[in-house]
Amino acid sequence: MFRRTLLATSAAIGLGLAFGAPVAAAGMDKVKACFVYVGPIGDGGWTFQHDQGRLAAVEKFGDKLETMYQESVPEGADAERVLTQMALSGCNIIFTTSFGYMDPTNTVAAKFPNVKFEHATGYKREHANVSTYDARFYEGRAVIGTIAGSMTKSNKIGYIGSFPIPEVIQGINSYFIHARKVNPAVELSVVWAYTWFDPAKEADAAKALIEQGVDVIAAHTDSTAPLAEAQKAGNVIGFGQASDMAAYKPSPRVASIIDNWGPYYIERIGALLDGTYEQKATWAGIPGGEVLIGEITEAVPADVKAAAEKIRDDIAAGTYHPFTGPLKKQDGSDWLKDGEVADDGTLAGMMFFVEGIKADIPK
Amino acid sequence: MIRLEKRPTPSRFWVGATPVIAVILTMIAGGIMFAALGKNPFEAIRIIFWDPLFDPNLSSYSRPQLLVKAGPLILIAIGLSLGFRAGIWNIGAEGQYIIGAICGAAVGLAFYPAAGWYIFPLMVVAGALGGIVWAMIPALLRTFFNTSEILVSLLLVYVAQALLASMALGALRNPQGGGFPGSRNLAQYPAASNPELFAGTGIHWGVIVAFVAVIAAYVMLQRHILGFNIKLTGQAPRAAKFSGVSPMALVLICMGTSGALAGLAGLFEVAGPSGKISIDFASGYGFTAIIVAFLGRLNPIGILLAGLLMALTYIGGELAQFMLGLPKASIQAFQGMLLFFLLALDLLSNYRPRLAKREAA
Repeated sequence: MFRRTLLATSAAIGLGLAFGAPVAAAGMDKVKACFVYVGPIGDGGWTFQHDQGRLAAVEKFGDKLETMYQESVPEGADAERVLTQMALSGCNIIFTTSFGYMDPTNTVAAKFPNVKFEHATGYKREHANVSTYDARFYEGRAVIGTIAGSMTKSNKIGYIGSFPIPEVIQGINSYFIHARKVNPAVELSVVWAYTWFDPAKEADAAKALIEQGVDVIAAHTDSTAPLAEAQKAGNVIGFGQASDMAAYKPSPRVASIIDNWGPYYIERIGALLDGTYEQKATWAGIPGGEVLIGEITEAVPADVKAAAEKIRDDIAAGTYHPFTGPLKKQDGSDWLKDGEVADDGTLAGMMFFVEGIKADIPK
Repeated sequence: MIRLEKRPTPSRFWVGATPVIAVILTMIAGGIMFAALGKNPFEAIRIIFWDPLFDPNLSSYSRPQLLVKAGPLILIAIGLSLGFRAGIWNIGAEGQYIIGAICGAAVGLAFYPAAGWYIFPLMVVAGALGGIVWAMIPALLRTFFNTSEILVSLLLVYVAQALLASMALGALRNPQGGGFPGSRNLAQYPAASNPELFAGTGIHWGVIVAFVAVIAAYVMLQRHILGFNIKLTGQAPRAAKFSGVSPMALVLICMGTSGALAGLAGLFEVAGPSGKISIDFASGYGFTAIIVAFLGRLNPIGILLAGLLMALTYIGGELAQFMLGLPKASIQAFQGMLLFFLLALDLLSNYRPRLAKREAA
C-alpha cells in the first residue's frame, strides 16, 4: 500500500513539483477541474478547506484553469450521476472529496478513461485513471491529544467519531495515546455520529459528552457545532477540526488541525497541464504541510503549549511517529514493541482501539 | 378590490393552463433570484430545463436519468393518489418505502452469494409486503381505534429511519465493508439486482412497474367499481355509505395499495440505482411523491407528467449547480417556487377573480 517514502517525498509538494518519470502524455493548454463536496462550502470545516484548496489552484493557474464544483452531494446513487454529468460536461480531472465516493468514483472512472479521478481518503484505485490522496490527520491528533490530556480537569475527554472506519480510528487512538502520555488518569468517551456533516447531530453528540462530565472535546465531523456547544457549556474546550475555526478563539477553540489541500491540488493540476500526470497514492501529513496545526491560544498554559509544539516539530522533522511502541491493543495483546513504529498498511486498515480506551468500535 | 367568486365547476381552461403558466412564472421569479446571485438567468433556466433533455453532450445520459429519478416518484404518488381521493391521508410513504427496501434487501442478502432466478421475484414480494405491513399499522389503528392515520403514518417514518440506520450498522452491514456502515451492493450481485433493462434508457423494473401502475390506476378510476367507490367516498362520504361502500374496507385497500407501491419503489431503488441499504438511503422520495401526487392533480396521467417534471428540476438543478456554481439551496428554492406557483394558480381553476365595486359595509 503506502510506503514510508511518501512522507519524505511529500515535502516536495509545497514546491509544486511533479512526481515520477514523465509520461508520454502531452501537456494541456487549459484544464477543467471539478470538485464534488459532501457538505456545503459554508460548513466551516472539511468542505470549506477543500474549497480553499480549489481557490488556491485558481489563483495559481489563472486563465489556464477552469473549476466547477457541486456541494452537498450524497454519498450514494446521486454521487454517480453527478460524477457522470461532470465527466460528460468536459471536466479533465475530478476530485471527489469524501470517503463515501469511493465506489462511485471507480465506477464512473471505468466509463471515462480519459478523465482523471482523484479520490480523497479512499484506498481503491481500480482503474489507471484513479488516484487517491489522504492526509495523516492522526499526526495532528497527537498534538491536540497532548493538549487535551494536560488541560482536562475532570480527567474525562471526549471524541465525536463520524464513522468507525480506519481513518477515524487512527485519530481516536492517536488522540488518546498522547493524552494518556501526559495524564495517566485520563479516560476517553467516544460518541458515533454516523454523519460527516449534520450540525444538529454533532451538537447532540457534544451535549451527550458534556453531560458525561467531559471537558475537552475533539471531533471528526465537519461543522463548528461541537465548538458552539462547548462555548455554551462554559468550562469545556475543543479544537478546530479540518479548518481553523478561528471564530471560537481563544476558547473554547484552543488549537486546531487544519487540512491544507491547496498544494496537492496545485501539484496535480499542474502535472496535468505540463503532461507529467501519473496515477499515485498520496498520504502526506505535517512534514509536507498537508496537515497544519492552527494557533495554540493563550488559554493553553505555556508549558503545555511548548509540549504540544515539540510534538508537532518532532513529527515535522521526521524524528517522531505518533504510533511508537510499546503499545498494546485494547484487548491487552501486544501491538508494537518498544521503539517500533506502526507500518502504513496496519494504519490504513486500523480497526482496533489501543489499550486503555473503554469505548467499543461498533461491529 | 379583487373579489373571488367560486366557480360552479372547475374551469377546464385553467386546469390545463395553470401548469404552463406556473412554469413560466417560476422561470421569471427564479431568473430574478439567479440574477441576484450574480449568474446569467437565461443560462441557468436553459441548463435546468433544456440541457438535460437536448444538450448534445449531456442528454444521452441525463434523459435516461430522468426516468430513474421519476420512476419511484410516480410509483409512490399513484398509490397515494388513490387514498387522497377517498380522503385517506397516508403521509408516511417515506416509511413504507424504507421498510420495503429493508425487507426486499434482507431477502436478497439472505441468499448471498447463491444464484437463482427466484431470488429477485422473492425480493419484490418481500418489498411489497414490507410496505403493506408498515401501512397497515396506521390503517388498522384508524379502522379499529379511530386514530388519525396522518399522524400515525408520519411518525412511523421516523421509526423506519431509525430501523434503517440500525440495519445499516447491524444486521445488514457488509462484513467486508471495512467498517463503513451499509449493506453489500445488491447492484453487484446479479441474482438480486435490478439492472438497467435496455442499455442507455435508464429503464429498470421499477420504471416499468410505475408505468403499469399509471395505466392500472387510470383504468380503475375510469372503469372499475372500486375506482367509483373511491371517488364517491372522497366527494360524498355519506352517499357512499348509503350505497354500501364499507369505509373500513376502503381504508384498508387504499392504505394497503399505497404501502405496497411505496414498498416496491423502495425495493427497486435499493436493488438498482442505490444498490445498498445505507444510513442515508432514504432520499425523501416518499415525501416528494406527495407533492407529485398533488401536482398531478391526483390524476394518473397528471402524476406521470408531474413526476417527470420534478425529476427534470432535480437533474437540471444538479447541472446548474456545478456548471454555474449555484448553491444547492437556490435550486431547492427554485423547486419550491414551482410548487408555490402551481398551487397558488390552482385558485384560478376553482375561483373566478372579479373586480368588485366597493360596497358599503
